[in-house]
Amino acid sequence: MTLSGNWYLALAAVLFSIGAVGLLIRRNVLVMFMCVELMLNAVNLTFVTFSKMLDDINGQSLVFFVLVVAAAEVVVGLGIIVSIFRRRPNATADDLNMLKG
Amino acid sequence: MIHAAPVIILLPLVGFLVLTFGGRRLGDPSAGWLGTLAVTGSFVASIVTFLGLRSLAPHARSVVQTYYSWVPVGGLKVNISALLDPLSLAMVLFVTGVSSLIHLYSISYMKGDPQFRKFFVYLNLFVFSMIVLVMAGNFLFTFVGWEGVGTCSYLLVGFWFDRETAATAAKKAFVVNRIGDFGFLLAMFLIFAHTGSLDYHGVFAHLGSVSRGTATAIALLLLFGAVGKSAQLPLYVWLPDAMEGPTPVSALIHAATMVTAGVYLMVRVNPILALSPNSLTVIAILGVATAFYAATVACAQNDIKRVLAYSTMSQLGYMFLGVGSAAYGAAIFHMISHAFFKALLFLAAGSVIHAMNDEQNMKKMGGLRKYLPITSTTFFIAWLSISGVPPFNGFWSKDDILGAAYHKSPVLYVVGAATVLLTAYYMTRQVVLVFTGQARWVENRPGVEGAHAASGGHAAPVASGGHGGSAAGEPGGGHAGPPHEGPWIMTLPLIVLAGASVLGGLIDLPFGKVKFLDTWLSPVASGAGDLATESASLRIALLLVTLALAGAGILIGSRLWGVRIDRPALEPELLKRSYYADDISSAVLTGGGGMVSRALSVVVDNGIIDGAVNGVGHLARAGGGVVRRAQTGYVRNYALGIAVGTVLILGFMLVRAS
Repeated sequence: MTLSGNWYLALAAVLFSIGAVGLLIRRNVLVMFMCVELMLNAVNLTFVTFSKMLDDINGQSLVFFVLVVAAAEVVVGLGIIVSIFRRRPNATADDLNMLKG
Repeated sequence: MIHAAPVIILLPLVGFLVLTFGGRRLGDPSAGWLGTLAVTGSFVASIVTFLGLRSLAPHARSVVQTYYSWVPVGGLKVNISALLDPLSLAMVLFVTGVSSLIHLYSISYMKGDPQFRKFFVYLNLFVFSMIVLVMAGNFLFTFVGWEGVGTCSYLLVGFWFDRETAATAAKKAFVVNRIGDFGFLLAMFLIFAHTGSLDYHGVFAHLGSVSRGTATAIALLLLFGAVGKSAQLPLYVWLPDAMEGPTPVSALIHAATMVTAGVYLMVRVNPILALSPNSLTVIAILGVATAFYAATVACAQNDIKRVLAYSTMSQLGYMFLGVGSAAYGAAIFHMISHAFFKALLFLAAGSVIHAMNDEQNMKKMGGLRKYLPITSTTFFIAWLSISGVPPFNGFWSKDDILGAAYHKSPVLYVVGAATVLLTAYYMTRQVVLVFTGQARWVENRPGVEGAHAASGGHAAPVASGGHGGSAAGEPGGGHAGPPHEGPWIMTLPLIVLAGASVLGGLIDLPFGKVKFLDTWLSPVASGAGDLATESASLRIALLLVTLALAGAGILIGSRLWGVRIDRPALEPELLKRSYYADDISSAVLTGGGGMVSRALSVVVDNGIIDGAVNGVGHLARAGGGVVRRAQTGYVRNYALGIAVGTVLILGFMLVRAS
């Protein structure tokens, strides 16, 4: 059986919302980071869906760009997180408020 | 045409540079000789140039020599250029001539001064600046000389800067001159704005498009500059104080350079003055007022040099009266006459001061005729000349100006004639006090009439005079023995200047074809006053009136002061202190002006200017204090902000789209 595109879009919306809410309410830096990934992939899913529905290859090619950028971002982000945990164990995002104005 | 214009300008500059960098190697007397030689060479070059210019037809006697394009900016083109015309040549001839004599005199006068070489450095720079001033082909280059002259006057008036009074006088001269320069600068801006040029030729060619009001504004601003430089009311206060300089400097400033610059400028811009009869009237009134004012003050001075200083001011007033009466030829004639007799008066006064061991109070002199035969004879010639006694040059030139003043307005003539009486009176008072009567210096003087060496520095009792050539500079001093003449290099300039004062009238006698100077100047400066043709009988009547007044002044002066030297009624404090001008200006400027400044500093400076600056700071600080709360440092807050913002923007776009 084939599902209509709307289901995919709905799934992407749910995933994006989970990611966004997770980013806002969680304190664990690693989890927040995963939430960002979740949001990125939700957007990727949307791109692919629309590409299929509108029969336009541009959507899929854009996904590659997003993946590449996300991979680079993961490298930098994980690097930062690892160095944070080296300095202090059990750091939450709220502990890192040195840039307060 | 044969000319040597670059030589005229450059020789004093070369002298200045050589003396600056090689003066130490030259040694004392030769440095002075070199400076004298430079200026004398410049004088010879002026004569050559004069003869060259004379060989041209009268209407072609205006040659511009351009050496360098100095300021080529857009429409403004200013060159380093020399304007050779009858006016600049007449000026440069007497400037270099009289300056050479003063240089020569200074070699002896400044002998023994520790700063001997520096004196000639400044002197050469002074003459160079003055030559630039009179020969420049445009206003801006003239201004360079104008400023140079001001600077040199500062350096020379304050030459003995370790004296408090000299340092103050130098500052005063500089500051007061600077006030006048302000007028000159503004006038130049106006001239350029309305004619698009600063060259004298260019400006005078474009005067047709200048309105009468503008011409008046330019003329009055230039007059303001000239008033500062030529010591007219009210900017004269620096001149009497400038007597703190060495006497040759006084001679140079008062006779050949500096103070004549203002009159020269006025004559130079006579085409502008011609457009504005009102400004001419202002100049005439200012001139005659200064002449009278200064003459009254001179009547009550006791310092031999201060009398001469006020008399310079008074004579400059005559020159301005001549300019204001549009008698430019007469003004220049009197300037040249004045250069001769005033240089002579100052140099002779220097000789007297020298002989009196730096005593300048006339009340402590007397009877010097016997001891200083050359000085006194030459001084007498200058005295008769300045008093207006024929056949000396002052008589002819003063009469020339007064005739033109009568043509303009009899009132001007009356005040001018009254000044003749005063001039004759105060000069006679000076002559009587210094050269005749009892020798009032004997008691302070060792070695004379049996007195023993009791005072006076390193004075040694010398039985008789006659050790010529051992004259010391003013700060040195201390000769014993009776007063005596200086060496020949001091008396020669006196004799030459006396000869010039006797014969100087010949250059412009008021009889038809022998008005050489007027004829010579007529291509560049001929005003209505020069051409005024009063009837011969009227002229002779005026001449007799002034002559009678001069005679009366001399008579009164000699009658009053020959008998008794102590007449407080004739020397009121009011005149002694020149109408309290200095007291009033310091009261107004440091009292009233100080109060205004203090009030302004509290209200304007602290309140408004500092307030504005501090206000901006406070505003930024307060604003930052409010806004910085948004910067919490919590990632979730930023994320929330981004999320909410995204939602808002999306919502907005959805609403617009639908």
